[in-house]
Amino acid sequence: MSIFLNSDSRLLVQGMTGSEGTKHTRLMVAAGSKVVAGVTPGKAGLDVDGIPIFDSVGDAMEATGANVSVVFVPPRFAKAAVLEAVDAAMPLCVVITEGIPIHDTAAFFQYAVNAGTTRIIGPNCPGIISPGQSNAGIIPADIAKPGRIGLVSKSGTLTYQMMYELRDIGFTTAIGIGGDPIIGTTHIDALAAFEADPDTQAIVMIGEIGGDAEERAAAFIAANVSKPVVGYVAGFTAPEGKTMGHAGAIVSGSSGTAAAKAEALEAAGVRVGRTPSATAALLRELVGG
Amino acid sequence: MDLYEYQAKHLFGKHGVPVIAGEVCTTPELARQAARKIGTAVVVKAQVKAGGRGKAGGVKLATDPDDAFAKAEAILGLDIKGHIVRRVLVTEASDIAEEYYVSFLLDRANRTFLAMASFEGGMDIEEVAATKPEALARIQVDALEGVSAAKAAEIAAAANFPVEVRDQIELVLQQLWQVLVQEDATLVEVNPLVRTPDGRIVALDGKVSLDDNANYRHASHADFLDRDETDAIELRAKELDLNYVKLSGEVGIIGNGAGLVMSTLDVVAYAGEEFGGVRPANFLDIGGGASAQVMANGLDIVLNDPEVKAVLVNVFGGITSCDAVADGIVQAIAMLAERGEPVTKPIVARIDGNNAVEGRRILAESGLSIVEMADTMDSAARRVAELASQAK
Repeated sequence: MSIFLNSDSRLLVQGMTGSEGTKHTRLMVAAGSKVVAGVTPGKAGLDVDGIPIFDSVGDAMEATGANVSVVFVPPRFAKAAVLEAVDAAMPLCVVITEGIPIHDTAAFFQYAVNAGTTRIIGPNCPGIISPGQSNAGIIPADIAKPGRIGLVSKSGTLTYQMMYELRDIGFTTAIGIGGDPIIGTTHIDALAAFEADPDTQAIVMIGEIGGDAEERAAAFIAANVSKPVVGYVAGFTAPEGKTMGHAGAIVSGSSGTAAAKAEALEAAGVRVGRTPSATAALLRELVGG
Repeated sequence: MDLYEYQAKHLFGKHGVPVIAGEVCTTPELARQAARKIGTAVVVKAQVKAGGRGKAGGVKLATDPDDAFAKAEAILGLDIKGHIVRRVLVTEASDIAEEYYVSFLLDRANRTFLAMASFEGGMDIEEVAATKPEALARIQVDALEGVSAAKAAEIAAAANFPVEVRDQIELVLQQLWQVLVQEDATLVEVNPLVRTPDGRIVALDGKVSLDDNANYRHASHADFLDRDETDAIELRAKELDLNYVKLSGEVGIIGNGAGLVMSTLDVVAYAGEEFGGVRPANFLDIGGGASAQVMANGLDIVLNDPEVKAVLVNVFGGITSCDAVADGIVQAIAMLAERGEPVTKPIVARIDGNNAVEGRRILAESGLSIVEMADTMDSAARRVAELASQAK
């Protein structure tokens, strides 16, 4: 088993004909993902390595039964692409694009909430991989084998690093939820799904400075997660106050520092590592191997 | 990007928010001329991106042009919380009957926007939030619905603004929402929003943070970049489109992905504790899919920082291909040598992931003795900390 993505997932790539879209389509296919369609407005009838391109997400879903969309379109077109996926009631929309204006993300996220039919992962994320089953995004498929760990992280490269550290134990699913201020799927969403997944035995949660998502995840773990969780927080030495507005700090009710996050996680019974390798060692202690 | 008060007010004016016009002055003499032109008593206000200007002596009333000269002379050059005052805003002094607070901002936790408003303006709003939370109204704003007349009325009522000025404030709230949306801001704050004795509502101060991701649809926002306030190396990095932040240590850091780079800073700082307390000198994320040229630009920036004694390149190739990273290191060293700046600072490289074997081969065969390879992030951090401490 896995969360959100499995061997039955039928992937569609929005922006498949762009250079990044084409490159990663090939990598996803090579990883064994079922990539069934591409969407680029005005390019219906073309194909990428035999995968048909459609003008719209709706057309592509109807013709191919696609149930996951991976969005590679540039920032200025990303909002329209996600709105289109939501209008077509795409069940899962993974937004890889980095640099989307926050007002655009706020709008498409609210639109998806109102529609109630689409889960968004990202934006500004590496995507999601269930090793051996499917890969929706840009996570290198050969880092780690299938296994029994669930991983959720804000950061792409820290996802890779942690998968690499624990490559021998392997993963049910690793999900990069993205580093933007507004994201569609949170640590809590992933933790709840891993808790419900019978094949996931332990969970690694990676956070970083800013906002209070880790603190809220800690409270969720204390109340709802019975499986062992280890945590890592990046940014103990990073300068504070670079991205957070003065008034924003009042709203979150937290200073957003790495120390505060690590403390909140430890208070919830999560063992927190000082470095990625120390965090991996903690997980090994918990699951054996 | 955070704006100065005068820049924020410029955007307010553009969207109809009532402000008192003023002039930005860089010398006492210009302040005198501005006061003469205004013709009344004026307020001379330090333009710095820090709170608590008044307490720090950065806001002063001047009765006439000569007084404005004297006050500007006293304020220009002040150090307010680490920010040197380089400009003052000279505006007509206005009489104040009451002071209020209003803001719109991104609410990360609820993944939407938030309006905050209070009839207790003029003071530190964090203090109001802490000591009198009931005096600060917080109303969520739906990103798709925005601030309609009805929403503005809801906010004004929740804040208990006096009935006789509510119509005016509701209009200002809708205009400020337009500033937030039309200018792609993540924060718009007015503190204080004042009521004058003759019953007008005016934004006496302003704070705006803009979303850098939206710069492509606001060519005019480039004018807001403050070249004086930005570190020279940061400025150069920005021109090269690199995500760089100057820190105070000795170990130059280059990595890919914000999370991994932040983590690298931490691991180096921990390792540095064993080597005389060396610390990271910078944050530099070369991003996903970085080419050899980007890597070369990054190395150029970091090596040019005189504080840097040794450099750590920590890359886990996902989109980024490790052979491009290795090529970038080799190219940068060659480029700097051609420029007559041969690289003498040691470089430790840890590269894993996509095409790592090829990347390590390129570095091994380059014959560059100043580049060392490390197998893990931890061993790389220890080694670079050791090298930096030796060079200190």
